[in-house]
Amino acid sequence: MVWSKRALFSLMSCWISVVAVAATEVLTFDNESFRERYAKLTYELRCPKCQNQNVADSLAPISEDIRHKTYEMLHQGYSDQEIIDFMVARYTEFVIYKPQLSIVTIWLWIIPAVLLLFGLLLLWRFTHSQPAVEDITLTEEEEQRLKTLLEDKTE
Amino acid sequence: MKFKPMLILPLVVVVALFSVFGYALMSGVNPKEVPSALTGSLLPEFKLADLDDTSEFLSREDITGKPMLVNIWATWCSSCKYEHPFLNSLAADGIRIIGVNYKDDRDLAAKWLSEYTDPYQINVFDPNGDLGFDLGVTGAPETFFVDSQGHVQYRYQGPITNDLWQNKLKAIFDGMV
Repeated sequence: MVWSKRALFSLMSCWISVVAVAATEVLTFDNESFRERYAKLTYELRCPKCQNQNVADSLAPISEDIRHKTYEMLHQGYSDQEIIDFMVARYTEFVIYKPQLSIVTIWLWIIPAVLLLFGLLLLWRFTHSQPAVEDITLTEEEEQRLKTLLEDKTE
Repeated sequence: MKFKPMLILPLVVVVALFSVFGYALMSGVNPKEVPSALTGSLLPEFKLADLDDTSEFLSREDITGKPMLVNIWATWCSSCKYEHPFLNSLAADGIRIIGVNYKDDRDLAAKWLSEYTDPYQINVFDPNGDLGFDLGVTGAPETFFVDSQGHVQYRYQGPITNDLWQNKLKAIFDGMV
């Protein structure tokens, strides 16, 4: 861990908040793209010990290890995917927030699409089906009854 | 009005969702429980010092050969202290336990083992947590059930107790060859 002058300065000036400062890691990167990739990876990697926290946010020792390993592998020239695969090989799919495409996870993309199509189909059926209109012809008797009923109502 | 089966579809969907979430809630699914990536595969290769002897280096081949427990522990870990007497009794029953001293201080670890007796047949010293990382360890104590071929069959996170051993873990251990 490389401490910058700024961290050292804050450590000296605010000795009261030693704990808060000690919990801050200050890293230096060889170039800006490493910094961006590190930020993105630690944001997407999930702390295996915590309840729903990414490793960038977490103070758990294991998150510290994962951050450290990510930093190290970035500078050794590994690609983002290789780093993710490395973590998944040790901490399973649990360790990533963004699921990798596989036979198990493909349903995450397929099911919403299928449901949407199904919904559209339902919508189309409800709006376009013709209401069944029966041809009603009344007999003489019924006609008479209808008439009396209607007249009763008007009273 | 004529009955339209399609109209109760939303109800069916909602009931299905409620039962899935309700089941998860009631059955007490532990969100902290992470499956081990190693189950079924070989113990990772390592080269680490022996805790008792600084000049000695240990590797996977030095510890495998018989069914065993690989116990990750540290002196800073209070659950490990709680677990320790039970590990002693397991060792007394002839169960092979390999200790991996995880992110710890050598002197403190040696003191602990001499004070509380040493249940481990071999003590691996992993001060930086390298082997721990390759094992997918998230904390201590953790115990891996490894068969004679060196394949991990099961992983338990947390302290092993007598109850747990009798009710569940013993069968797993005895099932290993």
